[in-house]
Amino acid sequence: MSIARFWRETPHRYNLGGSKCPTCQTVYFPPRSVCPTCSQHRQSLGRLVPFQLSGEGEVVTFSVIHEPAEGFEMQVPYVLAIVKTPEGPMLTGQIVDVEPHAVEIGLQVRATFRKLREEGEAGVIHYGYKFAPIDDHHHAPPRGSQEEPASAMAQAPGRSAPA
Amino acid sequence: MRDVAVLGVGMTKFGELWDRSFREIGIEAGFQALVDAKLSSADLGALYLGNMASGSLIDQEHIAPLILDYSGLAGSHLPAIRVEGGGASGALALHEGWLAVASGAYDFVVVGGAEKLTDVPDTEANRIISGTADHEWETVFGATLPGLWGMVARRHMHDFGTTREELASVAVRAHEMGSKNPNAHFRNRISLEAVLHASPVAEPLGMFDCAPLSDGAAAVVLGPLERARKFTDTPIRLAASQVACDTMALHHRRELTTLDSTVLAAKRAFTQAHRAPADVQVAEIDDGYTISALLAVEDIGFVAKGAGGPSYARGEFSGQGHLSVNTSGGLKAQGRPFGAVGVAQVVELVRQLRGEAKDRQVSGASVGLAQNVAGTGATSVVHLFERVN
Repeated sequence: MSIARFWRETPHRYNLGGSKCPTCQTVYFPPRSVCPTCSQHRQSLGRLVPFQLSGEGEVVTFSVIHEPAEGFEMQVPYVLAIVKTPEGPMLTGQIVDVEPHAVEIGLQVRATFRKLREEGEAGVIHYGYKFAPIDDHHHAPPRGSQEEPASAMAQAPGRSAPA
Repeated sequence: MRDVAVLGVGMTKFGELWDRSFREIGIEAGFQALVDAKLSSADLGALYLGNMASGSLIDQEHIAPLILDYSGLAGSHLPAIRVEGGGASGALALHEGWLAVASGAYDFVVVGGAEKLTDVPDTEANRIISGTADHEWETVFGATLPGLWGMVARRHMHDFGTTREELASVAVRAHEMGSKNPNAHFRNRISLEAVLHASPVAEPLGMFDCAPLSDGAAAVVLGPLERARKFTDTPIRLAASQVACDTMALHHRRELTTLDSTVLAAKRAFTQAHRAPADVQVAEIDDGYTISALLAVEDIGFVAKGAGGPSYARGEFSGQGHLSVNTSGGLKAQGRPFGAVGVAQVVELVRQLRGEAKDRQVSGASVGLAQNVAGTGATSVVHLFERVN
């Protein structure tokens, strides 16, 4: 993937920046330029405003992946989940800092800023959100060295690459 | 709009066709269909070719004129058009062919579907097929196609009590039928235990819950029904052709365990054909993953939402009941050359409705349904076919 193709999504992938329709108040993630919900569909073009998700959510469903997506080979087995946020949108991401088989539907999670994948040893490293359990008793130490140290999404860098 | 009939069908063997090229299999299927229809290529109006990813898989775009050329028809200067819609490319090509003949724009068209998945390593093929999901908001975060369908399966188990055994019974049934199909990628039977103990791919789905990566091609000839008797004694009416789309990403769906695109395409198709689910005796549905088959039988309306698992496990679709599902072996056993799947489904249905399905024949079958899905259901295509008496 070219650098620009990933870089242009940075505000959303790093900071969970979505958008909100000023007419019907529906929140979208990733941000949309047209509101699919409200009666002002045609008039909504270009009028949606940026909206920041809190990063909290609940696991709606998940799968433990053993045959990985490209760039995720070093992370197997990993948990892929659909998370429903209190603001409304659902999104897909990994659940980390927990034993895969301890994940269950209904688990409360919070977004953390992590390394997603790397394109080979000298390639581009992609960062973005993953989710970790909020409740402490679900926590397990990060497995291996593939995980970057956790930091809160709110402190994640914006457009510039992380240090 | 005028009535459209299927006049001829053809397909290659599905599987790992190491010794055969994309153009070879495309031509073989097309010629079989033309010969079956007893149609001269001089009568043809157009060629539609369903294909998902030839550019990534064999470094060749612009494949419709390529197949036309190597079919010896470059001199005819026929319009040859590629249609792409992920794993539903074949059924979408059929929809375009149907529109062309029904509208009167062309009289006779060939609709083909072809895919060559084994010219790249498995890991590369899996990366390419994951492009039929939302790359930027699913795949980049670690999603694979089996992973997304695994999440559908998990939620289906949670909401409806569906069991691993019920899911596994879909694969067992598919291989049973595949064993009777000389064109099938897999012709071996498998046990329920084998499916349950296969290595995990994307839990709860294991290796035998997932259809294989196959090469293959299929083709059909369409023409106006009123002229069909000139070419065949057994014209099969294409009674309905419907496409419905939905959100690209699974996480944006109204419900994770319902394919609204299939619900709507099926509903519109039954309305178009003045038919109901109970009229169907043979159905070819998209069982790319065992869970996809459960959603298909539920969302088409063969069984109630959530009842797919128990129905499959009881063998309701295995020929003892009113409806036989995937007599070809489905994507699981007949094989899954993505762009060819939707056309191969029609080949099987036409053979069933003509009474030419040999060991797999469902006696007295007169109405058939095909359902073809792309990605996790952003596109569904449903076709209905009827024997004309």
